[in-house]
Amino acid sequence: MLSDSAVASGSMTLPPLDSMIACPHCDLLHMDVTPGPNERVRCHRCNHVLFATRPQAFLETALLSFASAILMISAIFFPFLDISAAGQSNNASVFQTALAFSSGWLLPLSAAVLLLIVLLPLLRVSALIYVLAPLISGLPPHRGAARAMRLAEAVRPWAMVEVFVVGTVVALIKVSALAQVGLGPAFWALVALVVVVAVKDYLICNWTIWKAIAP
Amino acid sequence: MTPATTIRSLTARDAGLEGCRACGRVWPHGQAVCGRCGVPMAGPREMVLQRVWAWLAGAIILYIPANLYPMLRTMQQGKGDKTSTIIGGVLDLLENHEYPVALIVLVASVVVPIGKFIAIAVLAIGLRRRSMLSRHRRLRLLTLADFIGRWSMIDVFVVAILSSLVQLGFAAQIHPGPAAVAYALSVACTMLAAQHFDPRLIWEHDRPAGPVVPT
Repeated sequence: MLSDSAVASGSMTLPPLDSMIACPHCDLLHMDVTPGPNERVRCHRCNHVLFATRPQAFLETALLSFASAILMISAIFFPFLDISAAGQSNNASVFQTALAFSSGWLLPLSAAVLLLIVLLPLLRVSALIYVLAPLISGLPPHRGAARAMRLAEAVRPWAMVEVFVVGTVVALIKVSALAQVGLGPAFWALVALVVVVAVKDYLICNWTIWKAIAP
Repeated sequence: MTPATTIRSLTARDAGLEGCRACGRVWPHGQAVCGRCGVPMAGPREMVLQRVWAWLAGAIILYIPANLYPMLRTMQQGKGDKTSTIIGGVLDLLENHEYPVALIVLVASVVVPIGKFIAIAVLAIGLRRRSMLSRHRRLRLLTLADFIGRWSMIDVFVVAILSSLVQLGFAAQIHPGPAAVAYALSVACTMLAAQHFDPRLIWEHDRPAGPVVPT
């Protein structure tokens, strides 16, 4: 389906397809560019950042992914909150929290929480490391790199560690009316994790990665 | 900060092409899957809109039981059984003079979901008739709705944390209520509605209302 404007103006002599890119937000066609170091290329119309390159971006993103994987694993099994009241005490780790709904018909919710705060974040960083590791040392991409990158992007909105940390703070204050609560070691790992994940997602440039793994 | 070079201010669709939102490459119109990254291309306008409305309807319907049924059941020594809904939880926090946290919960679980329902509906209706908002404003609204949606999951995590942490025998116990499931599903549906909304539709040339005849 060709629109009137392109046909009417007779401008059907476009550059070759692989030399053009389209803005994902407003569909405006641009010439494909290889941006210089530390350059951010924006869409002409809607200002969406098309490319944001840094000289060491692959290395930085891979290292931050690795750091967040380590923080995640250490944050999962150690308690992040402990509580005591009337001589009774208890503590909760991320893993236990994910299993909070595991009785009866709330089981699917338990699985969903486990996915959102443990499995999907881990899946995303492992997929990114798999994609980026060969690129850092200038090797050809691994087999299935495109599939891993697709997976990492599909999972992105559903990996919710940072939302979970804000939930922790709200829960802490709610419980403080009932009992004495304290922060466990994993709480600080989670806080560090939020910072690392935020920096990683800011530095990552998907289109540069796609160019590198599938030219 | 460089704006990229455009090609006669033409959009990919006006040129009879289709851009991939994941990696930026352009393909002839009608391509089902991007030839570089393998991500499925966005479908035709009517299909996209149908999906958006379907997810949005699901989200609104699920939001009703999420507010009517209890999120939490608290059993406390000397105070007996108490259930609280989403709004009830906010009121409890206000009673305990935890104003900032009450505000976080109110914004995350009431203001953001309802605001998102309205925003997505306004954007979808705005594609059919003249919109009061400029295209730039509408794009910003969609980006905001897409970004902020996941934060509504806070309340689900709070319920999960409280029910795994507060298991203190006779002193105090907290159990999840059925609203937690409805609420989590409602948030997931709004996230999917925002994700399926193709922002490029906002920039398409005005078309008469009614189904678009496929070619």
